Amino acid sequence: MSRNGITRRNVLRNGAGVVAAGALSAPMVHAQGTGGTLRCGFWDHWVPAGNGIMRELCAEWGRANRVEVNVEFITSVGNQNLLTINAQAQSRSGHDILSFPTWEPAAKHELLEPMDDVMGRLAQKYGEVTPAAEYLGKVGGKWVAVPAVSGTQLKPSCTRFDLMQQHAGLDMRAMWPAKAERGPGADGWTWEAFAAAAEKCKAAGVPFGLPMGQFSDAVDWVGGLLTSYGANMMDARGNPTIRNNAKLRQAVEMLVRISRALPDDVWAWDDASNNRALISGRSALVFNPPSAWAVAKRDQPQVAENCWYAPCPAGPEGAYVGYLPYFWGIWSFSRMKPAAKGLIEFLSERPQAERQTNTSSGYDIPPFLSMSDFRIWETEGPPTGFAYNYPVKPHQNQKTSVAFAPAPAEFAVQAYNNGLNTKLIARIVQGGESIDQAMGWVERELNTIRRGG
Amino acid sequence: MAADGSLAVSAASGTGRASSLERFARRRSTIAFLMTLPLLVVVIGLVGYPAAYGIYLSTLNRRMTGFMEGDWLPTGLGNFEILFDSDTFWMVVWQSCIFAISAVLLKALIGFWLAHMLHHIPTKGQRKWRGMLLVPWVIPPALSTLGWWWMFDPSYSSINWILNIFAVPAVPWLGEPWWARASVIIVNVWYGAPFFMIMYLAALKSVPEQLYEAAAIDGATSWQRLRYVTLPMMANIISITVLFSLIVTFANYDIVRVLTNGGPRDLTHVFASYAFQVGILSSNIPRGAAVSLFMFPILAVCAFFVLRGVTRRNKEQM
Repeated sequence: MSRNGITRRNVLRNGAGVVAAGALSAPMVHAQGTGGTLRCGFWDHWVPAGNGIMRELCAEWGRANRVEVNVEFITSVGNQNLLTINAQAQSRSGHDILSFPTWEPAAKHELLEPMDDVMGRLAQKYGEVTPAAEYLGKVGGKWVAVPAVSGTQLKPSCTRFDLMQQHAGLDMRAMWPAKAERGPGADGWTWEAFAAAAEKCKAAGVPFGLPMGQFSDAVDWVGGLLTSYGANMMDARGNPTIRNNAKLRQAVEMLVRISRALPDDVWAWDDASNNRALISGRSALVFNPPSAWAVAKRDQPQVAENCWYAPCPAGPEGAYVGYLPYFWGIWSFSRMKPAAKGLIEFLSERPQAERQTNTSSGYDIPPFLSMSDFRIWETEGPPTGFAYNYPVKPHQNQKTSVAFAPAPAEFAVQAYNNGLNTKLIARIVQGGESIDQAMGWVERELNTIRRGG
Repeated sequence: MAADGSLAVSAASGTGRASSLERFARRRSTIAFLMTLPLLVVVIGLVGYPAAYGIYLSTLNRRMTGFMEGDWLPTGLGNFEILFDSDTFWMVVWQSCIFAISAVLLKALIGFWLAHMLHHIPTKGQRKWRGMLLVPWVIPPALSTLGWWWMFDPSYSSINWILNIFAVPAVPWLGEPWWARASVIIVNVWYGAPFFMIMYLAALKSVPEQLYEAAAIDGATSWQRLRYVTLPMMANIISITVLFSLIVTFANYDIVRVLTNGGPRDLTHVFASYAFQVGILSSNIPRGAAVSLFMFPILAVCAFFVLRGVTRRNKEQM
């Protein structure tokens, strides 16, 4: 070998050099791509197909961008998703992208990657974001998470139009037809009219199924009513606004009136109780996304066929519907931030958003107001078009609401999870306290929350 | 064993350095330490560290960026100060005491009664009854509580359905505060009474039969046999069981969480469910940690008195 100028030593040296160069310059090679692995923890959707479409969309994006996307679904049953978020925040490790429920982006904003760039590009394409999503997803004027499509829901009136017509004399389909216009009587759809209808329906044995406990369905509808009266409990600087608040008193009086027209056991209802009230045919109205209708379609088709969506009733300061969003956020300790942002942007674009909404039978609500015209809400049924007024549309003059806004999120989340607004009413109606006593109590609670942040 | 606690080394073993190492390794204290090391690691890792971390968390502010300042308590104890000023928190303290004390008393009484009943059944049939009565205790409480929740359901309660058959008005099991408290206690007693039963049964079986024979010869009534023979002989096991159950019941979480979620109007919250609501649901982990730490002094006082009683009785018997 040495005769040809090739020595054993040279071969070994050159070979080692090639191997070292190859190893150092080689990209991170994974199963299907070269862009590494992106770990996503999405919300485990109530609608089983809702997970399938997320898996499908992630795989599509992964193939196009040569990134391996691992998708897990984390249930909110037993607050498993909250426990996961807190565990990952404590350990500074876990998924790259996580689905954050309503208040979590604000609570964990110091550990979240700013998303202004993504939201800026999306807003340029699709326009305005619903105000409640902005309140929850922006901290200090910066987006800390992107309002998600999958899992985001609204809670407008899901009525039994036959029972409303029969007992309350309201033709909900005529008032809110499946087209972009207000029908006759729509302007009279106020909390006054609502309370009168609730009293008539209770007398007829089909009371409205509105929970009054401390679960989110209860807190959301009561929060929407308070906002429609301009009745805030805390201002944007975190000061309680209970004392001498005439708007709050007026709203509380209306809530007391309505709650007396509800079933006696609503104080113990959870988020499933109102669904059951509608599905069993015992109730003429609930505030809920179409999940209750979907179960009724399977189990009680005669109930589902008589369901019809209407916006929330209006108060002196407009109509506000309870909004319960999810957000897609990226941990600041993620090592895949550019890829994670790319995937979130892809999932938020109109074609992908529409596929998510279609697969969930119209349940999922995109955050952009321009996306309230998906065909699924016109075609879903029976009855066809029943969900036309489920999303917020311009002709409804309705806005999304988050209970305890505009209080700073770190205070609002505590008031929300303590159900302070429903407990205020419960103290009066169930506990026999006067409005002044109950309002004094809620003021003390808000001051306790405010202390120490 | 040598005077220094080392075991005798028989053979000559190499150099002086090696032999001193060997002696160290063979010392009883070293062996004992090494053998308890796995347990120490488990206790420190799974009890000591979480407890210390919980105490540390409770001293932080909401964002966990620094210590929580107080107005009249020193820095680091601000969360406790806020809790002292909270109506809801004092209500939780009161409710936790009502829940734990009434549930433990009922469990002890029912367990004692069941143990007596079983003790007087012939051995062959006893096994069958013992197995059946233990069923509530072996079902995971979250699962069995879900079954109870269905029975107590506000709108579709099966118990109310049965009551209605007998023209008894429906009971607002979970909607009315005192009924909701009673429901939570009922489920806890149903779940925990078999534990008392099995402990008391074991204690009953260890009471020497001669004592009862002597009492019978002296003409003792059944109440006197119970008062002067059975109860003194079971006093230690009763104390330990009550203490253990008090700790577990005070820390109970799943029954309240599944059954009432603390409602109506927070009137069924106990320490653990309230700590979860404040800490996890409301994203205020330090304050949640402060709530849960409140159990510690209460239980420490109980443990002190119960264990002092046990020690005193042991000394008297020696």
